[in-house]
Amino acid sequence: MAGGVTATAALPRAAARRRARRGAATPWLLVAPSCLVLIVLFLTPIGYVLLLSVTDPNVSLGHYVRIVTVPLYSRVMVNTFLTSLIVTGLCLVLGFPVAYVMARRRGWITTLLVTIVAMSFWTGFLVRTYAWLVILGNKGPVAAAYAALGLGSPPRLLFTSFSSTLGMTHILLPYMILALYAVMKKIDPSYLKAAASLGARPGAAFRSVFLPLSLPGVVNGCLLVFVVCLGFFVTPVLLGTPRDMMISQLINQQIEELLAWGFASAVAVVLLAATGILLTIYNRFAGLDRLWG
Amino acid sequence: MGAAYLKLTGLVKSYDGRTNAVDGIDLDVARGEFVTLLGPSGSGKTTTLMMIAGFEEPTRGSIELDGEDLGRRKPYERNIGVVFQSYALFPHMTVAKNVAFPLRMRRFPAARQASRVREILDLVELGSFADKYPRELSGGQQQRVALARGLVFNPDVLLLDEPLGALDKSLREQMQVELKRIHREVGVTMLYVTHDQTEAMTMSDRIAVFNGGALEQVAPPLEVYHRPRTRFVGEFIGDSNFFSGRRDGERPGLVLLDGIGAHRVARAAWDEIAGSTVDVLIRPERIQLAGEGDEARLPNRVSMKVGVIVNYGDSVLVIGETDGHPLRMRIAGAQPDAIREGATVTVGWGPADAHLIRRD
Ligand SMILES: Nc1ncnc2c1ncn2[C@@H]1O[C@H](COP(=O)(O)OP(=O)(O)O)[C@@H](O)[C@H]1O
Ligand SMILES: [Mg+2]
Repeated sequence: MAGGVTATAALPRAAARRRARRGAATPWLLVAPSCLVLIVLFLTPIGYVLLLSVTDPNVSLGHYVRIVTVPLYSRVMVNTFLTSLIVTGLCLVLGFPVAYVMARRRGWITTLLVTIVAMSFWTGFLVRTYAWLVILGNKGPVAAAYAALGLGSPPRLLFTSFSSTLGMTHILLPYMILALYAVMKKIDPSYLKAAASLGARPGAAFRSVFLPLSLPGVVNGCLLVFVVCLGFFVTPVLLGTPRDMMISQLINQQIEELLAWGFASAVAVVLLAATGILLTIYNRFAGLDRLWG
Repeated sequence: MGAAYLKLTGLVKSYDGRTNAVDGIDLDVARGEFVTLLGPSGSGKTTTLMMIAGFEEPTRGSIELDGEDLGRRKPYERNIGVVFQSYALFPHMTVAKNVAFPLRMRRFPAARQASRVREILDLVELGSFADKYPRELSGGQQQRVALARGLVFNPDVLLLDEPLGALDKSLREQMQVELKRIHREVGVTMLYVTHDQTEAMTMSDRIAVFNGGALEQVAPPLEVYHRPRTRFVGEFIGDSNFFSGRRDGERPGLVLLDGIGAHRVARAAWDEIAGSTVDVLIRPERIQLAGEGDEARLPNRVSMKVGVIVNYGDSVLVIGETDGHPLRMRIAGAQPDAIREGATVTVGWGPADAHLIRRD
């Protein structure tokens, strides 16, 4: 009996050793094509941009100094950051209840919500941005409602930071909802039953059990929305105002209008660095969902 | 049986409006009693428990605790502890935080929370694990934390839904003893759900046997074993031989078993069964090898063709047949020489070894 056990246990171990020896080469072969693609299409341009930012038109860190010291540019940085923060906050506040209902309720309401979220997820954001142009425009339903109520013409909605924030929130909301939903769906309902049986009213059970367990989803969703928002271009261009420019608009403007490749590259590097720093911080927190999973 | 503490009356639950998952249950549980709900999977045990805990609303019937109707009370207003099969320990809280949770919800002062948590963790012998997270514990330890959490607030009743189901056999037996000890020390009324008859036999004051949403019998373990009220109970609990037969109205004490013939049973049992068709239960350990000269002791005898022999060490289970009717015999001790596969032996049992169940 004991001999049988060791024999069967030894078999997989030997196989594992064999695999490990061969393994040294095979994984590299498998990932080689994607590595190549990454290097050619991703790292090379980034390296080039980095290089441009300190060499064009001459070798100096002048572009970076200008980004920080010229108020016009530092304002763009701050504005981008604040706008992303606001959009992220709005997405969280709007998305949390929707994800909660999707994860916790069964029946038609869930089906309906999932359908709506999935549909807006798969509808291109250019289409959804144009939809806001129509809705908020001069001949749109908002203007019509004002007229019908005898309130005259509505306040200026389009081409303001309001409309661009609204548009970005609308576009990023499905990302937030899906990130939250993915985590909430995995929360075992018996935790909440247990909480109730232990004397927790629904509010207390939500605060001390559901909310902490959904936190990994909150972190994921916020990071996703914030990072995408930092680099948003089309929607602020179409719906926003040049006065509240976002980083990507600044880059575009520098290249399209001024052909200032060096400065544009420096701005791009700042954007990249901000994203990188965020992801690094997140990596520290990545233990979060492992901690509770 | 003292006055009913927990009283289920005509309890019915239908999820779909057509079939009843729980189909009219009456059950009285005394204060401090350990009652096991035993039955096959899908027989309505969990549903019954969930109605008592307040997670499912009864379609009909009432649940009273200490004379008070629980009907309109929410789960968090019931003071009933539940130990889930999955344990449902909060993964983001330490053992101590988990156990303190019900005290925190009841706004106990912090100092009393801490001392009570320590006390209850000592009871389940997990005192040194207070600062660990559930995922750092073994299944058996998690089980004990769940138990501690369900007990810490002195619930009126503790409900346990197959709490040992996920543990391996030796751990399960260890936890059975542990649970029994805790029940004795705490004295809380326990309702314990299982589909494992051994668990039910070893731990319960009484067993309530479920079948298809209804109760077949509620009685102490030995009574359920020796005097099952229905054939289902007799077959579900323990090993059994069942014969169907007719009571011979002319000859008191005799039952005509189908395919076997006249058999002598205890006169009192014969008198008690009023009907004419009966099921006769003979437990395998009541059947013995019969020899010359013990006709008086073993008046009922058949010749048994031995099929399979299962040796347990402390006993031998002999599986065979008599006249095409399956027969199981369990002999204590070592395997007798006469018992060999393929052999035919004479076996018998006494009048008191047969239990009669009326069949309608
Ligand atoms: N939430 C539910 N919805 C619908 N049917 C259910 C639900 N829970 C249990 N049932 C059904 O009720 C019956 C009894 O189930 P249950 O009480 O879980 O039995 P047990 O715990 O004895 O295995 C089963 O037929 C089961 O399919
Ligand atoms: Mg069950």
